[in-house]
Amino acid sequence: MEFFLQLLVNGICVGLLYGISAMGFVMIFKASSVLNFAHGELLALGAFFFLSLVTWGKLPIAASFILTLVGCFILGFLIEKFFLRPLIGEKLIFVIMLTVGLAAMFKGLILLIWGGNLHTYPEFLPESLELNLGAIYVAPVYSASLVIGVIFLVLFGLFFKKSSQGIFMRSVADNQKAALSLGVNVRRVFALSWAIAAMVACMSGIVLGIINGVNVHDLSAIGLKVFPVVILGGLDSIGGAIIAGIIIGLLETFTGGYLSPSLRDVVPYIVLVFILMVKPYGLFGLVEIERV
Amino acid sequence: MKKLSFHPCGNYRENYAQELAIFDTWFGRVCLGVFLAVLFGVAPFMLSPYLLYILNTIGILAIGAIGLNILIGYTGQISLGHGAFFGVGAYAAAILATRLDVPFYLSIPAAGAITAMVGMVIGIPSGRLKGLYLTIATLAGQFIIEYVLIQWESLTRGTMGITLPAPKIFNWTIAGDQAFFFFIFICLVLTTWFAVNIMRSKYGRAFIAIRDNDRAAEGMGIPIFKYKILAFAISSFYAGFAGALWAYYMVSITTEPFNLGLSVEFIAMVIIGGMGNIPGAILGATFITLLNEALRFVTGILMNVGMITSMGLNIAPLREFVFGLAIVLFILLEPKGIAELWRILRSNFRLWPFSY
Amino acid sequence: MGKLLLQLNNISVVYSNVIQVLKGVSLSVEQGHIVSLLGSNGAGKTTTLKAISGLLKPENGEVTDGSILYNGVNIQNQPPEFITRQGIIQVLEGRQPFKYLTIEENLRVGTATRPGKPFKQDLEMVYHYFPALVPRRKALAGYCSGGELQMLVIGRALMAHPQLLMLDEPSLGLAPLVVQEIFRIIKKINEEHSTTIVLVEQNANMALQVAHYGYVMENGKIVMEGTSKELSDNPDVKEFYLGMAASGITKSYKDVKSYRRRKRWL
Repeated sequence: MEFFLQLLVNGICVGLLYGISAMGFVMIFKASSVLNFAHGELLALGAFFFLSLVTWGKLPIAASFILTLVGCFILGFLIEKFFLRPLIGEKLIFVIMLTVGLAAMFKGLILLIWGGNLHTYPEFLPESLELNLGAIYVAPVYSASLVIGVIFLVLFGLFFKKSSQGIFMRSVADNQKAALSLGVNVRRVFALSWAIAAMVACMSGIVLGIINGVNVHDLSAIGLKVFPVVILGGLDSIGGAIIAGIIIGLLETFTGGYLSPSLRDVVPYIVLVFILMVKPYGLFGLVEIERV
Repeated sequence: MKKLSFHPCGNYRENYAQELAIFDTWFGRVCLGVFLAVLFGVAPFMLSPYLLYILNTIGILAIGAIGLNILIGYTGQISLGHGAFFGVGAYAAAILATRLDVPFYLSIPAAGAITAMVGMVIGIPSGRLKGLYLTIATLAGQFIIEYVLIQWESLTRGTMGITLPAPKIFNWTIAGDQAFFFFIFICLVLTTWFAVNIMRSKYGRAFIAIRDNDRAAEGMGIPIFKYKILAFAISSFYAGFAGALWAYYMVSITTEPFNLGLSVEFIAMVIIGGMGNIPGAILGATFITLLNEALRFVTGILMNVGMITSMGLNIAPLREFVFGLAIVLFILLEPKGIAELWRILRSNFRLWPFSY
Repeated sequence: MGKLLLQLNNISVVYSNVIQVLKGVSLSVEQGHIVSLLGSNGAGKTTTLKAISGLLKPENGEVTDGSILYNGVNIQNQPPEFITRQGIIQVLEGRQPFKYLTIEENLRVGTATRPGKPFKQDLEMVYHYFPALVPRRKALAGYCSGGELQMLVIGRALMAHPQLLMLDEPSLGLAPLVVQEIFRIIKKINEEHSTTIVLVEQNANMALQVAHYGYVMENGKIVMEGTSKELSDNPDVKEFYLGMAASGITKSYKDVKSYRRRKRWL
């Protein structure tokens, strides 16, 4: 029973991280219908920026965190401007392959600068975040990620529901032509969604880095694990991404704990195929109405 | 810089036969004949084993790329599982050859057929899914196949790998780069011939119709699910065939190379070569292989320069970076690939100086 | 004659570099007027509106010839962000709401041309014109009826304080009573805000009742123009658009022999 509960807690924590990582991905897809294969590399870039600022730059944690977020915001903006904008209206495969190419570029760049080894952050999380619920132990990073995840969810909820810019972004995702006719600056919305998504991605990269250490290969693998998560949640639902992330996280830890550790990494994809066959638009996705 | 574009002038076609013709002029036919004669008559006897090795790799990958082009470029179904199909073919051939002692001239086509069946299974979601959903499904297929190859140890011997016997026909053993050159390139010519011709048939036209508008195609009476599965089957047959050739050529295989990276490389070949263009796939395979070799060469040189290695820089990632950059640049600058550049060049010569 | 707000001088529009849709259209819109644009399907009415509002580009269309002057400024082939900020708002054909946004959020998108400005007062103004929207303000637009949606999209456009409002078939698929209501409000908006309105309609009868001036389009050309009175008195318009025989009594459709007289317009 204790083993079960420990797995449950671990699964939820890992899953929450998947969910947060998937949030940025969903945001890009929602605004511009781009499937971002470079998401894992964005996570890694964020984690490494932070690493450099903390260990090489010797900046305080809070300052590095904010600087990283700002840096990734700008990076996302630039990616959209230079790479994605010329492809607006192009065929799906070109957009997909462009992000695949970007992924290779970023990965090469990261390996070139930081190498492929495992790096770790200095300890900075306060011990008070540690949770001991009877026999179950929750490491400080996990509770920290829980807190950060909830904060970001609420912030994004408010942004998309209340602020004008958020409503404009949703309107573009909804009906691009109508948004154009009302004078919404669609290009700015695309750029902004990439910028925000990159910011979210780098934040989740940092959290993942705190837990597992910073390593390009691991982080880009998580970028691919985002796919089962977003498909399960529905490609265009941010809340769905969080819930689906938790489901996938639980599945993984339970498979790893009870069945076999090697099956752990494939299980999400098996689930993915199953969902695609049964309910292609995910648990929470909007059903696409297609007309000839 | 003025963007190069194709001048659609000088098109005097008057009937369907001319539209379907592979060669516009007798000159093109002669050129191809001369090229093949040089390829088979001169290249294997003049080139060093290393250059022959590169040529052979190009030949094998080109077969796989042609298959993927049928799926992506002609039928419009994006597959991220082609690397895994390639691996399935390699393993199928290896297992048939080692466990059942099947001779290579049977095991290679059989490997293709087995892969075609796997491809059809992976292609089943295409009945319900379109576009990016299908892409993600094939991505899942890639991971699942990879997992099976590694974990089904009783059959694939897992990470240990399998060593294949040398292919033997009557008393003649195919071994060495030169012998394999003939073998591989004859296969390439045959598969290219088949692909070019299937695209001129009813099946090819159905594929193109599905790519351009699957709903309209369905409305015209094309059973799209059947044709999509067929496209998956043909495409994975090519991949499995190429994989089997590769397994024989490499002698021993492990699961390692058949990862997502290989799938991405195959798609890169199709895009860089030119989507919906069979010779383009060969050009793309050539480009990617040469790029890989060139980068390996440059990396090798830089590694030997004392200063850089001493700086602790690992240059290997540069390959990955340049590879990504090549894809990005092609998509941004010439999304129709090398084949389109070639077409523009040719039409400029043909129409010079009076094109409009 | 009052001040000209909008002038189209002999414009041609080509889609995908191949398909020519407008073949030299000239029209002018006087400030404060309602101008209606009539014509059968495929005549080029919607394309004309899109040429003005800059929405051709996403559809791979382009104004290849002629000029569009708005307040004396050349606006042809400008991006829609620019044109909407000059005060031209087009209400698209077929309503096009943001389905997954609530009514109120839909209206807020209308403020995109002047972000950061207070919008509460404008919301009140829209609710004043369309009281039917008030009880639905929190509902998702995807679940609203056609009449509500038409009010919504017109209201959404009003949020932008347009000088020139272009309505593309506001009566499409609506019940006759709702159509009357909508046209009454259009008239009211025109009178109270002195908003200039360009109205594209199939329902020629309604359109000519509210409009000051009208144009008839066919095959990408303007074939007839005149005040609403002149147009509704014209025997051709009567027969083809108003469904009446020359004598003024309603006539059965089977008796309309359009093939005989169509040619005379050119």
